[in-house]
Amino acid sequence: MSKARPEYDVIIVGSGAAGGMCAFVLAVHGVKVLMLEAGRHYDPVSETPMFQLPSEAPLRGGWTPEKPFGYYDATVDGGWQVPGEPYASSEGTNFVWWRARMLGGRTNHWGRISLRMGEYDFKPRSRDGLGFDWPMTYEDLVPYYDKTEALIGVYGSNEGLENTPSSSPGVLLPPPAPRVHELLTRKVCTEQLDIPVIPAHLAILSQKQDSTRWPAELFPNNPLAQRVVRESMESRAACFWATPCGRGCSIKANFQSTTVLLPPALATGNLTIRTDSMVREVTVNSRGRATGVHYIDKVTRIDEHATAKVVILAASACESARIMLNSKSSRFPDGIGNGSGLVGKYLMDTVGAGVGGQFPQFENMPPHNQDGSSELHLYMPWWLYRDQAAGKLDFGRGYHIEFGGGRRMPGPGAFGGLESYTNGAYGLRFKQAARRYYGSFMWFDGRGEMIPNDDCYCEIDPEGVDQWGIPTLKFHWKWSSHELNQARHMQHTFRDIIEAMGGTVTSTVQDDGAKAIAAPGQIIHEVGGAIMGSNPNRSVLNQYCKSWEVSNLFVPDGACFVSNADKNPTLSIMAIAWRASDYLIKQMNQGMFA
Amino acid sequence: MNDDRPSRTEGESRVEGKFQIDRRTALKVIAAAAVVPAVFSGCEPGESDPAAPVSPMRNLLAAGTPTDPDLLATVIPWDRSLTKHELATLAVLCDLIIPADKHSPAASSLGAHEFIDEWVSAPYEGMQKDKVLVRGGIVWLDGEANRRFGGRFRELTAAQMVEICDDICYGPDAAPEYQAASRFFDKIRDLTATAFYTTKEGMADVGYVGNVPLPRWDPPPPEALRHVGLS
Repeated sequence: MSKARPEYDVIIVGSGAAGGMCAFVLAVHGVKVLMLEAGRHYDPVSETPMFQLPSEAPLRGGWTPEKPFGYYDATVDGGWQVPGEPYASSEGTNFVWWRARMLGGRTNHWGRISLRMGEYDFKPRSRDGLGFDWPMTYEDLVPYYDKTEALIGVYGSNEGLENTPSSSPGVLLPPPAPRVHELLTRKVCTEQLDIPVIPAHLAILSQKQDSTRWPAELFPNNPLAQRVVRESMESRAACFWATPCGRGCSIKANFQSTTVLLPPALATGNLTIRTDSMVREVTVNSRGRATGVHYIDKVTRIDEHATAKVVILAASACESARIMLNSKSSRFPDGIGNGSGLVGKYLMDTVGAGVGGQFPQFENMPPHNQDGSSELHLYMPWWLYRDQAAGKLDFGRGYHIEFGGGRRMPGPGAFGGLESYTNGAYGLRFKQAARRYYGSFMWFDGRGEMIPNDDCYCEIDPEGVDQWGIPTLKFHWKWSSHELNQARHMQHTFRDIIEAMGGTVTSTVQDDGAKAIAAPGQIIHEVGGAIMGSNPNRSVLNQYCKSWEVSNLFVPDGACFVSNADKNPTLSIMAIAWRASDYLIKQMNQGMFA
Repeated sequence: MNDDRPSRTEGESRVEGKFQIDRRTALKVIAAAAVVPAVFSGCEPGESDPAAPVSPMRNLLAAGTPTDPDLLATVIPWDRSLTKHELATLAVLCDLIIPADKHSPAASSLGAHEFIDEWVSAPYEGMQKDKVLVRGGIVWLDGEANRRFGGRFRELTAAQMVEICDDICYGPDAAPEYQAASRFFDKIRDLTATAFYTTKEGMADVGYVGNVPLPRWDPPPPEALRHVGLS
C-alpha cells in the first residue's frame, strides 16, 4: 500500500441524497472531497424537458424497457435494468432494483414526498417487540430534520397528529391549495370514515426561500457556507405550478441533489466530482483502516485508485452493501466492516398496493387548471394506532395513503378504457364521452412499513459479474404476514373510500394480500443492508453511520436504516447524512483521521 | 439519427473540478439561456407546430442512446413499416373514430395514422404483437368491405364504413364472427385516442388548460366547487 499522503480528506461514493448531502456539509466546512459517481454528468438546468408535450416524444412519451417511467422521466442509463450491470434473484424472489447512472442519482426523478419519521418509528421494537430499535431517538434527529427542510425547501403544515411530527416554527413553506378531487376526498374521509386528510410535505418551493434568514441560521460563524447557501437559494425560483417534477426542474424549484446540494458544494472550491467512475471496492491498510477506493473509469475502462483519509459509501442501500461485500482482504475476508455478518442483511422496501375509481361528480367539470405542484397536495397519515395497539389489526405497522387524479395532462393511454363506459363509442359520441369522463378518475396508493426479517437480503452472486468486472448481487425476499395483511387492508380501505365518495372501483380489489402487494423493490424505497445499532455484534454501523470495525468508513445512505417506517425515506436519509457529516467533521478536527 | 452529433470523447462528461466550462458546455448554457426567458414571459409552450423539429437545442450531455436519449431534440430511432395503402386505410379509420367537429380537427390531420405506424414499428414486444393485430385487421377490413360491398374499405361510402364498424366497435356485444375484428378496432381506437389527445388540439378539446407557468397557485374556482357540491 502506498505510503504517500492521501489525495483527499474524504472520498464520497455516490451523488444522490446521501452523497450530495455529505459533500455539501463537508465542503462548506473546508473538507477536501472527491466524489465518485458511476453515471454521467447531468445538469437539470439545461437538460430538463420542461414543457414538451407527449406528442413531441417517441410513442407519445410512453414507457419502454429503456425508459420504464416514460420518455421524459429524469432517469439516465437506468431503470429496472442497467445495460451491462445485471443482478440475480433466488427462486421465488421477484425483487426489482431501480438504479440511475447519473449525477444526482435517483433524486432527479423522485416523488419529492418528505415525511419525517416520528417518535414511534425510532423505537418500534420497544413498542411491539418486532424488528429493531434505532440507536438514536427522534429528538436526536430533530435539529437535522429542521436544517434539512430549511435547506432544501419543503412545503407542508404542522397538524400535531400522532407520530406525525411537526417541524419547528417557520421551517416549512406554505402548502399549496388543494384541488377539487382532494377537497372532496378530504370531506368524505374526515366526515364519514374518520381518516385524517392533511397537507402533504413535499420538497418543492411553494415560494422562494428566505435567503437572508437561513444562511446565517444554518451556518453561524461560517461565512463560506453562508455565501454559497445564499447564492444557491437566490438562484432557485419558486414553483410555477406546471410540468411534472419527475422530469426534473430547470428552474430548481424542487429538490434534486444536482440543483440544491452539488452547486453550492462545488462553489466552495472544496469538491471535485468525477463522473463515469464505478467504484469496485474499498482498500484497507494493515491496520484495518480504509485507504481509498478502486474504481473503474468507464470511459477508458481502466481500474484506478483514489486515496483519502476517510471513505463514505453513499451509493444506495444495495450498491453500498455490494461494495462492502466486494471489499475482501485478509483482514476482512467476508467484506469490509462485515465482522457481524450483517452486511446485505435486513433489506426492506415499502409495502405498496393501490385501487382506482371513477367518480360521476367529476364528469363534465368546468375546465380549470389542476396541475398544481404535479405531486401530492394532501395525503392521509396512518390513523389506526389505537386499533393496532389494541390488537384489532392483523398487521403490526401502519401505512399512509397517497392519492391523486383530476384533469392532468393527457398522456399515452389517455381515454383508453372508454369503450366500456360507452358500449364501444366511436365518432362524435367518442369525443363527447372523452370530454365527459376526462378528469373523473382517481387512484389511491398505500405506502406501508415493512418489518425487517431474516429472509430479505442480498449477497454477492457466486456466478455474476458486471461489464466492469465487478461481482454482482443476488437478492432473496420473503414477505411476512404483516406486509401481506397490510396490503389487503389497504385494498379494503381504498374500496371503502371510493364507495363512500359515490364512485365505482375500476380495478380489482384483492382479498389476497400476496396479489395486492407490489413486487419487492418496486416502490424504490429499499433500505437496510448495513444497519446501525448500539451493539457491534448485531449491527454494522454506529448511530453516526460509522463502521464499528473500520474507524474511517461511513455508510450514511439508506443502508443504515434499522426500520422502514411508512414515511418515504429520502428526507430521513438526508437528515441522517447531515448528522453523520457533523460527527465526521468533529472527529476530523480532533485528529482522528490524521 | 443525429449523424453530426459529436461523439462522446474522453473527459467530455467529466465534472473535474468546478464545472469547468468548455466550448461545448458554453454552447449548451447559451442555448438553455435562450429558452428560459420565453418560459418566464408566459409564452405558450404548446404553440409550435408539432410536426416541426421540436427544438433547435441539442443536449450535448446526452449520449443519444435508448437509455439516454436527447430529450430536447427527440428522434424516433426505428424505421416505419406500414405500406401506403395501410396508412391510407388507417387514416380513414382514425377519422371515423375521431372526426372533425367544431371543437377540434379530425385525428388523421394530427397524424394519428402515422403515430400508429410509429407504434407498430417499434422494436418492443408489445408493439410487435400489436403490429400483427393491426396489419391483420386491415386485411380483414378490406376483405369484409369486399364481401359486403365489392370494394376496399377506404373506398366505401361513409354509411357503408359505419355499417361495418358498428359490428366490430364493442367486443362484449360483437357477434362471434366479429370478435377478432373487434379486438383490432379496440386497439385502433386506443391508439387513435392516445395520438389525438396528446396533442395541443386534443388537450384543448377536453379542456386541459395546464402546462403553463403561473405566478401563484389558487384554490379551485367557485363553479368547480359547486359542481361537486362543495362551497
